Amino acid sequence: MSTEVLQPLLPAFVWLPILAGGIALAVRRSVVAQRAVAFSAHTAMLVGAVVGLVAVSGGDLVVEQVSGWVPGVSIPFVLDTFAALMLTVAALMVLVCSVFAVLTHDDVDPFFHPLVLVLSAGVLGAFLTGDLFNLFVMIEVALIPSYVLLTRSGSAAAVAAGRIYFGVNLLVSGVLLSGIGLVYGAAGTVNLAELAGRASDSTAVALAAGVVLLALGAKAALVPVHSWLPRSYPFASVAVTALLSGLLTKIGVYGVFRVYGLLHDGRGLETVWLVVLLATMVVGVLGALGESTMRAVLSFHMTSQVGYIMVPLAFFGPLAMAAGIFYMVHHIIVKAALFLACGAVEHHARSGRLSHLGGYARREPWLGLVFIVSALSLVGIPPLSGFVAKALVIRESLSAGSYVAAAFAVVVSLLTLLSMLKIWNGVFWGPDPEFEREGPLDTAATAPDVTDPSSGRLRPEFVTARVQRPTRVPRRLILPAAFLAACTVTIGLGAEVLLELSMTAGEGLSDSTAYVEAVLTP
Amino acid sequence: MSAVVLVTVLVAGGVYLVLQRGLVRATLGFVLIGHAANVMILAAGGQDGREPAYVGEGRSSAGLSDPLLQAFALTAIVITFALTVYLLALAGHGGDDDGAPSDVEEEAADEH
Repeated sequence: MSTEVLQPLLPAFVWLPILAGGIALAVRRSVVAQRAVAFSAHTAMLVGAVVGLVAVSGGDLVVEQVSGWVPGVSIPFVLDTFAALMLTVAALMVLVCSVFAVLTHDDVDPFFHPLVLVLSAGVLGAFLTGDLFNLFVMIEVALIPSYVLLTRSGSAAAVAAGRIYFGVNLLVSGVLLSGIGLVYGAAGTVNLAELAGRASDSTAVALAAGVVLLALGAKAALVPVHSWLPRSYPFASVAVTALLSGLLTKIGVYGVFRVYGLLHDGRGLETVWLVVLLATMVVGVLGALGESTMRAVLSFHMTSQVGYIMVPLAFFGPLAMAAGIFYMVHHIIVKAALFLACGAVEHHARSGRLSHLGGYARREPWLGLVFIVSALSLVGIPPLSGFVAKALVIRESLSAGSYVAAAFAVVVSLLTLLSMLKIWNGVFWGPDPEFEREGPLDTAATAPDVTDPSSGRLRPEFVTARVQRPTRVPRRLILPAAFLAACTVTIGLGAEVLLELSMTAGEGLSDSTAYVEAVLTP
Repeated sequence: MSAVVLVTVLVAGGVYLVLQRGLVRATLGFVLIGHAANVMILAAGGQDGREPAYVGEGRSSAGLSDPLLQAFALTAIVITFALTVYLLALAGHGGDDDGAPSDVEEEAADEH
């Protein structure tokens, strides 16, 4: 499709989900109508993103100067290969997680679909915007629904987790806002294209952009500002955890890639990135080993993976950034597969505690298969996508002469395997847990476990409706995770396609000439 | 210079309040930090132009303040205000309890 057709449609990635969210709110009396509205919008976003990806797969750019203002004055929406790739993955995540929420009946909450729609608008807008202040606004648009989604169940644990999440993000948003103000003060513009290369010219701009990077890094949960994530994400419902993990922290990563690539030209912070990101990799995986519920292990482990995604920043270049982008796409898909597979178990057992579970691989071989494929992909076993992603990152660190980074990447992979085995041993292996042998326990009789995200999550209607525990995990609950696991196998076997797209995206990121020209030429 | 002093005082007070135990105090701390960010944004445009940013016919643009930063600050104020209200609602919901998830044992036990 020619770019002229696509151009005026770029803002639709923001206004259409918000409009659909409003309609979904208006028809909240009918779950069916809400689902129809939500899934039409999600599908439209995915189709739009794929069309956009095809249009810019060669490295072209689509730029919409909103309201027809002249370049430099307008707040542009920019679709390049990197943005299109992220749009596609994000739209896919929203769709799959919404399907899972429908299957677990999490969406009986009349505010679920509207909130997810607004969240997706914010995320897609953040990927598309070509303006630093608009990036801040879009991040807020994405964050505000996530605050509500996290605390919506109203349980004490969720509200307590929500306060941490909310407080930290509010503070970080303040830092981000100050940083953007400082960038404007130092450079006189917040248009990313006009800011290109300014930080390497002027120390004042570099410092101001550093404040922005700090805030975005905190949103991406880098060590030492990571501890909010494992303390909050596991306490949402499964679909919401998967959604937040796939989308929100990745806005931070995306923002860092963009700002560091455009403003700093990818130079000047190599040592900082290396120290911070290697620490992130190690601390994240060790933290994951110490957790005792499935989703807590996965959430803490996410921090470690963000380290992998971003470590190519330390040896910035077209190939390094391609490795980072490939890793990010792989990670979003695999992490969501793991969350949804564990979510299927959690929905069935009503507990995420490793010590309360067992024997799932024997009783649910398909679920076990889905989990182990995703887990091995996360570890980096060929022929899955994780292998390609890790091989790229390690090759880039070796070719940059950073043997420390390569060694860390390998050792942390082993620790990753250990943390995945911890879930596997606790949940899928071993004898059946007590409740399976002695019949269903009454949920009210079990003492609530405060470290267990699911303990406070049950809404009253579920407790009464499902006192009798289903004997099997419903087959349909496995489907979303199975689809994503199939994606990781496909990406692993046919890595060529995604690799080429990542290469184009990485080139666009490391050489901003085309970006600047497309945005600023009238 | 006055902006620098103002931001310093606001951030100092904000950080002090955020580190307090009660969520209402922390909320007020966030409000102060938000104000500090807004003042910083307004100061970023320079303190020379004080006239309203209105270019009428036959008026020169000299001495006008930067309208873009005012728009930034306005957007930020709206967002901060909405979030403050929500944070206060969360503070109200949990009563006196405002700790980490591990602190909510008794409350969770009461609910079940």
